[in-house]
Amino acid sequence: MHQQDVINIVLAGIGGTGVILSSNIVAEAAFLAGYDVRKSEIHGMSQRGGSVSSDVRFGLKVYSPMVPDGEADFLVVMHPDEIENNLYRLKPVGVVIDTSLIIGESNDLSLLNEEKYLPVNQKNFNICLLGALSNYLDIPFDCWQKAIYSNLPKKVHEQNKGVFEYGMKLTEMVRAK
Amino acid sequence: MKKLMFGNEAIALSALHAGVTLGTGYPGTPSTEILEYFSEFGGKAQWCPNEKVALEVGIGVAFAGGNALVTMKHVGLNVASDPLFTVAYTGVEGALVIISADDPDMHSSQNEQDNRNYARSAGVMMLEPCDSQECYDFFWEAIRLSKEWKLPVILRPTTRVCHSMSIVEYDEKEYTPILPVKYNPDKPGRVMIPGYARPAHRRLREKLAKIKKWNETSNLNKEVIKSGKRGIITSGVSYLHVLEAEPGASVLKIGMCYPFPEEKVRNFVQKHEKCIVIEEGDPYLVENCRYYGIQVEEKPEMYRFGELNVNRVRRILRCDTSPEPPIKRGRPPRLCDGCPHRATFTLLGKMNCIVTGDIGCYTLSVLPPFQAMDSCVCMGASITVGLGLRHSLPPEEAKRVVSVIGDSTFIHSGIPGIVEMVYNPPATGHVVIVLDNNTTAMTGMQEHPGTGKKLSHEPTNQVVIEEVARAIGVENIVVTDRVSVLEKAIEEALVNNKTNLIVIRKTCALLRKKQQKSEVTQSVGEQSNAPTGCN
Repeated sequence: MHQQDVINIVLAGIGGTGVILSSNIVAEAAFLAGYDVRKSEIHGMSQRGGSVSSDVRFGLKVYSPMVPDGEADFLVVMHPDEIENNLYRLKPVGVVIDTSLIIGESNDLSLLNEEKYLPVNQKNFNICLLGALSNYLDIPFDCWQKAIYSNLPKKVHEQNKGVFEYGMKLTEMVRAK
Repeated sequence: MKKLMFGNEAIALSALHAGVTLGTGYPGTPSTEILEYFSEFGGKAQWCPNEKVALEVGIGVAFAGGNALVTMKHVGLNVASDPLFTVAYTGVEGALVIISADDPDMHSSQNEQDNRNYARSAGVMMLEPCDSQECYDFFWEAIRLSKEWKLPVILRPTTRVCHSMSIVEYDEKEYTPILPVKYNPDKPGRVMIPGYARPAHRRLREKLAKIKKWNETSNLNKEVIKSGKRGIITSGVSYLHVLEAEPGASVLKIGMCYPFPEEKVRNFVQKHEKCIVIEEGDPYLVENCRYYGIQVEEKPEMYRFGELNVNRVRRILRCDTSPEPPIKRGRPPRLCDGCPHRATFTLLGKMNCIVTGDIGCYTLSVLPPFQAMDSCVCMGASITVGLGLRHSLPPEEAKRVVSVIGDSTFIHSGIPGIVEMVYNPPATGHVVIVLDNNTTAMTGMQEHPGTGKKLSHEPTNQVVIEEVARAIGVENIVVTDRVSVLEKAIEEALVNNKTNLIVIRKTCALLRKKQQKSEVTQSVGEQSNAPTGCN
């Protein structure tokens, strides 16, 4: 990685879909992996059902805490309705990671509760998307695991580790490349 | 130690390590989490009814010789500005650091005032951190400066500093709060009658002149000289945008913006062919340069509005004043499903009332589908603006005016409005509706005097809103949790020509959810302490 290389990730969704929690996990995992990290978000009114997004940036040296528009390498979207209005954040060659990886093209997140997706469900699918994201990033698995554990209550650690691994399988071919 | 943390978290940790005796404040985005973290870390912190009270309690702590931390958002400093201007004269015995968390672009505010102007007009030192590391370091330095000069200091982070995470390196320190043992009286220094205030003002200006001299060489201001012909003068988070937008430029970062380090800036400017000032908000640094006769370029007026970011800084640097792409703001927030305010505003819309509103979640009732609010100015203004409308509108119109105010806002600054209503009742009387959801919901569910619980959620004495109104002398008081009773009460109040206070008391839907959740987690012996601030 070169001095000027910074990985830019934008996480987006609506209040209550776990955007902030997920960005905390990404930022901490990158920190544990030894990178310089900055994260920024506007969480005003997020719990009032409005759009919410969080920027995470890591590399050898990061300056601004905000991802400039059009420079995100990854856009991780926790609610299908929020993809369209966040695409302007993404680089032309950027990657979108969203629930279509799990349930296909549908706006109905309750599909996530179907048995065939277990251990994924409507509450923890954001961890699944982080698993999918992780194949693209140079962050060791144990850093992810530590970050997940430190951000979630103990009783759901094992389950969320499983959910994260489920997500990793969804983008396995990336790692194989 | 090295840790990834929010700006607010870093301020709280620094406060703990610096031996803050007591932290006081009123919730307000983006400042709210500072006291919550401070309390979580083991510091003593309390919510006050409003920012003026918080600052005055802090002044007392610092008069006694303790270290005081006082937190608020930018508009909170308006409320606290009365004591601010005079504590600059009196000075303090211990330390007094005020956090003014500004909100450029008004992510959660009614205006985007630039509180650097307060530092200059009140004559109070001001430090501007750019990230979490500086939040930690600058708070520490603020306490040191306050003690050394026996003057208050303002630390001014902005939303992007408070709510951004970055790495902080610090030494593990033992927390030893400064607990004074004896009162040292100083009557001429602290009783601001004209005869004592006149010399006090002179003392302040003499000290500020000395501090200015110190600031010329202080390491709070950072200078990086590179080969470029153009120098950039900047402060706060804009510094980080500049480093990314123009890596090759010489940069002077002003960490202490008042008193202004005039010579430092002049020397920097002389080393370059030309210099441009990149600052968010008002042209504060530019005006200071002009005052001292230092030639600098400023950003075009269009960049005064909103926040700066890397792309906007790039545009400023290439003098691009073409229209910017509109900011995509996504889905606007809305009153939650199950929010008790919903029924109230449906009712007020149906009754064709003129609604003077206030600051809180319920301000969202101005948006569809309710569109049931006609004004919102500042904390507490619902009651008083409503009274003004009633005094001036013709009676048939005046009778439609209703003031709505939340429980925390009522305590904050609604009570003087009730006094005004009783003292100067309009001919048609007036109707005040208190939307009591038992929490300061908008900022992330903080306690307040009306909930009967302290910042830490431990029980304390409760201020009962209807009892306050009764004692003041409001003629007709109704308290209910039922919409049908509320409807009838409003109908009657609109025609009885009396002073009316109607309390609709129903717990916030989010708080109910949170309480249920914590009951569950407590039963399995787990509890999350992380602040849940959201606005």
